[in-house]
Amino acid sequence: MYLRQVLTIAAKDLRAEWRTREAFNASFAFMVVILVLFSFAFDPGNSDISIPAIAGGMLWIAYSFAAALTLNRSFARELQNDCLDALLAAPILASALFFGKALANFALLMVMEIVSLGVFSLLYNVKVLAQIWSLLLVIVLGTWAMTVMGTMFSALTVNLRLRELMLPVMMYPFLVVPLSAAITLTSDLLNGISFGAENILWLKVLVFFDVLFTSLVVLLIDVVLVG
Amino acid sequence: MREPIKYVLLTASLGLLLWSLYKIGYVLPLEANVAAYQILYLHVPSFFAAFTGFFLGLFASGIYLATGNFKYDSFAAGANEVALMFATAGLASGMIWARYAWGIWWTWDARLSSMLLCWLVYVGYLFLRKSVEEPTQRARLSAVLSIFGCVNVAFVYKSIEWYRTQHPSPVLSFRNGGDHMGPGLEAPIWWNWLALVCLGVVIAMVRMQQGEMSREIDALRRQAHSY
Repeated sequence: MYLRQVLTIAAKDLRAEWRTREAFNASFAFMVVILVLFSFAFDPGNSDISIPAIAGGMLWIAYSFAAALTLNRSFARELQNDCLDALLAAPILASALFFGKALANFALLMVMEIVSLGVFSLLYNVKVLAQIWSLLLVIVLGTWAMTVMGTMFSALTVNLRLRELMLPVMMYPFLVVPLSAAITLTSDLLNGISFGAENILWLKVLVFFDVLFTSLVVLLIDVVLVG
Repeated sequence: MREPIKYVLLTASLGLLLWSLYKIGYVLPLEANVAAYQILYLHVPSFFAAFTGFFLGLFASGIYLATGNFKYDSFAAGANEVALMFATAGLASGMIWARYAWGIWWTWDARLSSMLLCWLVYVGYLFLRKSVEEPTQRARLSAVLSIFGCVNVAFVYKSIEWYRTQHPSPVLSFRNGGDHMGPGLEAPIWWNWLALVCLGVVIAMVRMQQGEMSREIDALRRQAHSY
């Protein structure tokens, strides 16, 4: 029952996105622009700079920027025609609404990230396929951390005047721990270092962050949305 | 400033600060194995007072969410504000010490950056309070952010043990289990902490009354407009 409600909300969001593809196109273009800009910050032709060593940072900075852009709209687009009020009046728990939206955002971000991982691999000549399953695991965990915090802050800032500005200002300080963990792991994997005693801690940090903050959001989302 | 409790706390705080200033200046040995270690007696208690304030803010926010009494919202706002001030003092004193001991104002060490992050989280809290005008919504949203912020502070506090750090390692007996400093050297830290917490509580109480008063004025203004 609960699961069906979650899936209905997620399907609704994905359908709306599929019909316009607004968020996806804009965020994907933005991500590519950032990846291109990085080539001016760190000259990839310079042999002193090892691209795989900083690849994790480049990827996740681009991911998190695009995520802020996408997640900002998650609740804000329900303001038109008072859709948010209708959603809140629907006979479902606020957490079902949250998880539905989070699931849709997660799917959207995952598609975007995997496509841009390919673009990144082409542009910077980084081999991503060697440990693709471990890399995907890191991307899934890191993306869930971004999604859960971003969707939460999207709900929290939906009625604010400076919504577009407030979301990143409040969200990034929370995301630094999971992002730094994901960056370390991604750089390791792209350098051919697999999970081991050296970096397994960061995987645990990611899992722990995801579990802790997802439970916290479930506890508090009712207060945020309904009051 | 009508209640005597505030005067008592304020006097106790100032007395304790003066007394420990005397101890630091005249009683404690000048030389130790860390350069200019005396600043520690401001640096460490500032952060302890900041964390105390963040925790008080967390509790007050929780009580607000449970009872809906605006008094606790004002207290949470005051406590978090004061705590942010102490965190700023701690960061500033640390930077001054770093300039003296390391020759640089700042380094991207895990402890320093994690504290800067906590600081940013609560700057976001103040931004949020400023940008929401409706009092009930402001109280609700900022209570949620305060809870999130405090959990993040705990998470970050734990995370500094995962990084290699160049910051002097914990010297207090409850962290390392032994008397690294000796009780005579350690005592002023605790006394200063108490002094700063007393001072913070006084300021937070004043802020609380200010909040109550501004709510009263708002209510009166609304009443006047309705005629």
